[in-house]
Amino acid sequence: MGTPQFASFYPDFYIERLWEKCIKCRRCVKECSYGAHIWDEKKKTLLEDHTKCVGCHRCEAMCPTKAIIIRRHPSEFREHALWTPWFIKNIYKQADQGGVLLTSTGCALPFKNYFDHLVLDACQVTNPPIDPLREPMELRTYIGPKPEALEIEEVNGKFRLKKKLPPLIKLEVPIMFAAMSYGAISLHVHQGLARAARDLGTLYNTGEGGLHASLYEYGSNTIVQCASGRFGLHVDYLKAGVAIEIKIGQGAKPGIGGHLPGEKVTEEISKTRMIPVGSDALSPAPHHDIYSIEDLRGLIYALKEATEYKKLVFVKIAAVHNVAAIASGIVRAGADAVVIDGLKGGTGAAPTMFRDYIGIPIELAISAVDKRLREEGIRHRTSIIASGGIRSSADVVKAIALGADAVYIGTAALIAVGCTMCQRCYTGKCPWGIATNNPELIKRLPPEVAYEKIYNLVKAWAHEIKEMLGAMGINSIESLKGNRDKLRAVGLTKEEMEILEVKHAGE
Amino acid sequence: MWNLTLRAKEISGCGIAGIIHKKGELIPGEMILKAICCQYERGNGLGAGFAAYGIYPDLAEYYALHVMAQNRQALEKVEEFLQKNTFLNFQEPIPTKRVKTIKNPPLFKRYFVKPKLEEEEAEFCNLTAEDDRMVQLVMEINEKIEGAYVISSGKNMGVFKGVGFPDEIAEFFRIDEYKAFIWTAHNRFPTNTPGWWGGAHPFTILDWSIVHNGEISSYGTNRRYLELFGYKCTLLTDTEVVAYILDLLIRKHGLPLELACKAMAPPFWIEIDEMPEEERELYTALRILYGGAVLNGPFAILFAYNGGLVGLNDRVKLRPLVAASKGDLYFMASEEAAIRAICPDPEKIWAPKAGEPVIIEMEEGVIPNQKSYLKPRPVEVREDALRIGYIPPSLFSGK
Repeated sequence: MGTPQFASFYPDFYIERLWEKCIKCRRCVKECSYGAHIWDEKKKTLLEDHTKCVGCHRCEAMCPTKAIIIRRHPSEFREHALWTPWFIKNIYKQADQGGVLLTSTGCALPFKNYFDHLVLDACQVTNPPIDPLREPMELRTYIGPKPEALEIEEVNGKFRLKKKLPPLIKLEVPIMFAAMSYGAISLHVHQGLARAARDLGTLYNTGEGGLHASLYEYGSNTIVQCASGRFGLHVDYLKAGVAIEIKIGQGAKPGIGGHLPGEKVTEEISKTRMIPVGSDALSPAPHHDIYSIEDLRGLIYALKEATEYKKLVFVKIAAVHNVAAIASGIVRAGADAVVIDGLKGGTGAAPTMFRDYIGIPIELAISAVDKRLREEGIRHRTSIIASGGIRSSADVVKAIALGADAVYIGTAALIAVGCTMCQRCYTGKCPWGIATNNPELIKRLPPEVAYEKIYNLVKAWAHEIKEMLGAMGINSIESLKGNRDKLRAVGLTKEEMEILEVKHAGE
Repeated sequence: MWNLTLRAKEISGCGIAGIIHKKGELIPGEMILKAICCQYERGNGLGAGFAAYGIYPDLAEYYALHVMAQNRQALEKVEEFLQKNTFLNFQEPIPTKRVKTIKNPPLFKRYFVKPKLEEEEAEFCNLTAEDDRMVQLVMEINEKIEGAYVISSGKNMGVFKGVGFPDEIAEFFRIDEYKAFIWTAHNRFPTNTPGWWGGAHPFTILDWSIVHNGEISSYGTNRRYLELFGYKCTLLTDTEVVAYILDLLIRKHGLPLELACKAMAPPFWIEIDEMPEEERELYTALRILYGGAVLNGPFAILFAYNGGLVGLNDRVKLRPLVAASKGDLYFMASEEAAIRAICPDPEKIWAPKAGEPVIIEMEEGVIPNQKSYLKPRPVEVREDALRIGYIPPSLFSGK
């Protein structure tokens, strides 16, 4: 007998089979990519390996007779406020394996979620609410650098621009899809995102995994990413989209680079990323050509030169303590928009300690950055894109009222295509066919389904945003931008309200 | 800074009226009084006011500061400040009359001044520098001298306003003794603040004066946008932002009046998308750049300056506005009845469409210091050391 593996003694989940309903069709065995359901050929019966269950609920959802229920494992440790099962099991895992704890998605700890402490305003009597079903309600947003003033000339009694604006990106809805690389998620999800972005009049982001040949046609709805690994990066790629995002950091793991496990690097991924099949794709923590702000300026202009100044350059950073000053530096370095990804931002793979403990909440970061750029008199010249933990249309409205121009959603889009937040994307075995490249698994989520679900989600959110704007008595999203007057705090401290620049409810 | 950002705006409904004579002939005060009093039901006795243009022809070269003060001490501080920062040509108390219903009014005094300029500025002696300095001085008095407010600061014009019904305020300020080529008036119905003399309309900066019926739901956005350009909103009211937006867009950014109005009440994107190319580019740019200047929410405003009167509705017309003309006289008011009370047989009477400004400018050269904002003017922008959005000229396709 070898060394005992303590972690395997205490499964997280418990597969409960209702034998009176089970017809032994073995669908569950086929569906579970982790091997938690087992067919015993001798005894002609089904067995469960609870230790392998990740709680993705795929078997439960697919069981034709609804004979499966996935529960938290009922086995309990003696209660201890400090040494909860989470910490005990993590220590077992590390004692067993000696490795870094890995996980996926965004911060799972119950830090105060500021969105949930902000309420919105609505009109009563003194001004009328506007009904978006009967009146136009505008969500169109432009991202990019803006001059201070317009130069107008009069020609034949008509006004016209003396000098046209530099290129800007038009969004019909201020919700874009966050960087999720082909590799981290399946090609089908990428195809769905790209098509949804086109039909919604918004943008999706390639992430750092390059751009699959089949997706070049969605160029005018694409942001291509340039991250520290430079995977899949060549001039045609840079020119493929409307913007290039330099990824300095991401909210789920500030201070470290991306990590695509070799298990996920298939033939197609290898071609797109320009790396060997089966090799880990590890991006370095820094860009090795950016060790300071002036180096960032160098890269921004290198990318602009390479694309003949036709593409906008965004710079994405994780929201960290000093985010306001960093964002200001980024604008001054020549970025056309600054992207801030908060503590709750998701990922396909991150060390648990990074995911849960590094970075600051996006709400505070947006407000701080907006305020700093206003104090410096440059807020109206640039755009702020916020991401990390945006779960609903109300979160979008609040983010914009706190000073964002637009938001990115990542996790929300994946939940729309069936993700159950089991947080095991890094295994590459996603039974829902989302965060995997296994040719069998990806068939479970065809691109048309991904497209339809993502499209529906954003369409529904857009409608809700219009309703909320109308209730506030405004008919255009620009009048919400930075409009803290539309927010009130419930249960926040004075200091928190000061940072958010909001008053308490009742004030 | 913090206090400033937390200040509340106030909410009010209202009645408004305005008259202009295109040839600059003087209109007696009784006329505007009659028009605004006709709309008695639109106010609740908590505020009324008048703006009159052309009332100080002998001192037309000087900025006329109408100062409202809580007490002598505040007034003395203002005087000290003016001695230091301006050339004071003439000063006097604003003539008032005791009115039974008006208890404990503040003190009102007017000063006719020119700002002292830095030597360098003075050398060029341009009006812009004088105007800019005047704006700064007014902001400083309003912000820093407790209990004193400059309620108007334009040349050859003045504002008279306070807490009361329009007839009471008119009697108090002896409006019937003034004659003006432009009049505007306001009858106020505040809903969330006690009457405060400074909170009555019109609001002004330089010779811009505004009367406003409505609520600016975009106030939080507008205020933050204006702060970027050094405007400080101190008067606890949303109408103030309109004055500063006009000053920024027209005086400083050189937009023609029509486009400034379109920036504040822009056409919808569906309309812009249908426009011919040049126009579409213009309006798209206007909306992209001046999103922070959009006045969202229900409003009807009248604003005036030395040379014109403009009426503007919000982009879906949620508040009433009627315009009419007879000969050289043009009228605008919340209600048709108000116009008919002073002009029973107008030649033309119409309800302006949502977001369509009614711009009436006087004929050229009929008044001193006449201003016209119908044409675009050269832009005056801050030095752009940042090169935000920089594109090498050789690659820039926009001419």
